[in-house]
Amino acid sequence: MTTDYTSMWQELGLDLAGHDALLNVLGTAYTDIYLSQKNRPEGMGYFDFVMSEVHGLRIKELMDEKAAGRKIIGSYCVFVPEEIVLAANATLVGLCSGADFAMEKVEQLLPRNTCALIKSSFGFKIGKVCPYLESADMIVGENTCDGKKKAYETLGTLVDNLYVMDLPQTKTDQTRDLLKAEYMKFKTAVEELTGVAVTPESLKSAIDVVNAKRAAIHRLSALRKADPAPISGLDALLANQVFFYDNPARFTESVNKICDELETRIQEKTGAFPAGAPRILVSGCPQAVPNWKLHMIVETAGAVIVGEESCVGERGTRNLTADTGTTVDEMMDAIVDRYFQVDCAIFTPNPQRLDHIQEMVTAYNAQGVIHYGLQFCQPYLMESIPVEKALEEKNIPCLRVETDYGMEDAGQLKTRVEAFIEQLR
Amino acid sequence: MSSDTTAVRYAGIDIGSRTIKLVVVDSSGKILERFQSDTGFDPMTTANALIAKVSFDKIMATGYGRNLFELSFDAPTVTEIKAHARGAWTEFPDARTVLDIGGQDSKAISLFDTGKVKKFEMNDRCAAGTGKFLEIMAATLGFELAEFGAQALAAEKDLLISSMCTVFAESEVTSLIARGEDRKEIARGLHTSVIRRAAGMINRVSSDGPIVFTGGVAKNPCMVQLLAGRLDREIRIPSDPQLAGAYGAALLAAEARA
Repeated sequence: MTTDYTSMWQELGLDLAGHDALLNVLGTAYTDIYLSQKNRPEGMGYFDFVMSEVHGLRIKELMDEKAAGRKIIGSYCVFVPEEIVLAANATLVGLCSGADFAMEKVEQLLPRNTCALIKSSFGFKIGKVCPYLESADMIVGENTCDGKKKAYETLGTLVDNLYVMDLPQTKTDQTRDLLKAEYMKFKTAVEELTGVAVTPESLKSAIDVVNAKRAAIHRLSALRKADPAPISGLDALLANQVFFYDNPARFTESVNKICDELETRIQEKTGAFPAGAPRILVSGCPQAVPNWKLHMIVETAGAVIVGEESCVGERGTRNLTADTGTTVDEMMDAIVDRYFQVDCAIFTPNPQRLDHIQEMVTAYNAQGVIHYGLQFCQPYLMESIPVEKALEEKNIPCLRVETDYGMEDAGQLKTRVEAFIEQLR
Repeated sequence: MSSDTTAVRYAGIDIGSRTIKLVVVDSSGKILERFQSDTGFDPMTTANALIAKVSFDKIMATGYGRNLFELSFDAPTVTEIKAHARGAWTEFPDARTVLDIGGQDSKAISLFDTGKVKKFEMNDRCAAGTGKFLEIMAATLGFELAEFGAQALAAEKDLLISSMCTVFAESEVTSLIARGEDRKEIARGLHTSVIRRAAGMINRVSSDGPIVFTGGVAKNPCMVQLLAGRLDREIRIPSDPQLAGAYGAALLAAEARA
């Protein structure tokens, strides 16, 4: 980082020493995991810059937006509709998770056997090291898994701006109505926060902006179908992670630019990995920055990850919002329809997810699936066994992995991943 | 490839957490030499000393120390899973299921009829239910490791041990000793608890047919007998079960010669 952001972080109330330590670890991990990769597309320089400024320039931009009267809304889940936030003249950012921080303090508030994602988000709050969280004018929680919905009850005692949204757990006409009611309530809450009413024009424009961002990611994903894969799974994962932080218009433009380069690489048969490298689909729990552990282990073992069936990945981004509505209510319906298709494991039953995994295996020509489960994440761990069975019935090898953000299992994980890759060769 | 292929020697080295094994085969797969040594705290020095004893043209490394070996010797590596599968399948070509319980890890592997790995299960994180577990429990009960299995087999009944965690099991054993229970029966209970876990792993990868039992723990007669009884499946033990991984690695080194 070239600029000194200390005073900004101080104003946000961050714990400067802890935050420095976090950035050091993050910087070292990024250098070791990302910059050491061979045959990277040049366009990844953009993401290298974004990551180097993830707590710097991006936060400065958010602070400038705030100074100009715009509100910042932080969220933890793909069920929080960015369209509504943008239409009410606010900015949506993903909140910090993906690394262990201040765990001994977290375990005073949450049971030890809570999933790493939830514990981590608490660690960033208690340790005061997440500038996104500290700059947010509203934090949106959502009643997904039991762990998260109960954790928000406790998070509410740590922050004074938590808004909790209810979510259905089944998919029927009745529960669609529930989602619509929740999204209408959320729209009102955001309008009250910003003092800006959502209009047909602003909502239409917001839908366009978010759809463009998703379309750019779809374009990137489609290019991963090529063999040799033009981009590593690590780099593509990063793009899917930055989706939650970056300015939407700039993100769209930058991803499209990388796609131009990848198209040339495909024509020239330039790959991030040699042609014929084993191709793996990762499916399961979200992988927030800087959770790069599994991708790193897989790709340093010589296989390439060609897709992520994940909230940080295709589950979160695959559908667009229909842009056919003309009134706010019609557009809200389109938004509800779009989000209602997200096949999160909190839904029961959830057959669409299994169908989607199989579609992705075929589309991306994957030879095997690694099912990624965070320890103590019941919904995805429960689904992992039926997923494995269904895939094996179709002779698609599947490795179920259950891990967290720590490195204590790295040795065993590496052996299992390498043995799985040997199976695919 | 050398013109005189019969003279080419292929080595496999299995750098395990407890012991390092070295096997040299000829191009027909016949074992020419075999060595074994405790790993100690400096695996590369031990590995060096072992490979200094033999001559070979190609070497393949496996085991938890394989990556370290790869760096020092620029040798190709293979996972323990593939190596044990290959070693076991070569000795028992009709085998479709392999159980390997080593010092630190246990694995259940199912095979295609070509000997390729079809599916496997492996413990994650801790060494519960492995050779190390049995070693510590033997010490807690005051048995020599070599005698532990035979003594357990001599017990008339099992004493239920509910914990698989080494530390918890040790306190459980300590309280059973304090209660005056027969230590052979405690030993038998410990063996049963390891077998329950191994049987669960096997059942997740395959449901019938003989099982080739490899790794150091396969030398324990109580483990073999309990496993056979619990699963009602035939258990086959390689001539030296502890060498199966090194043997498999040597065979794979020969295959990779082209």
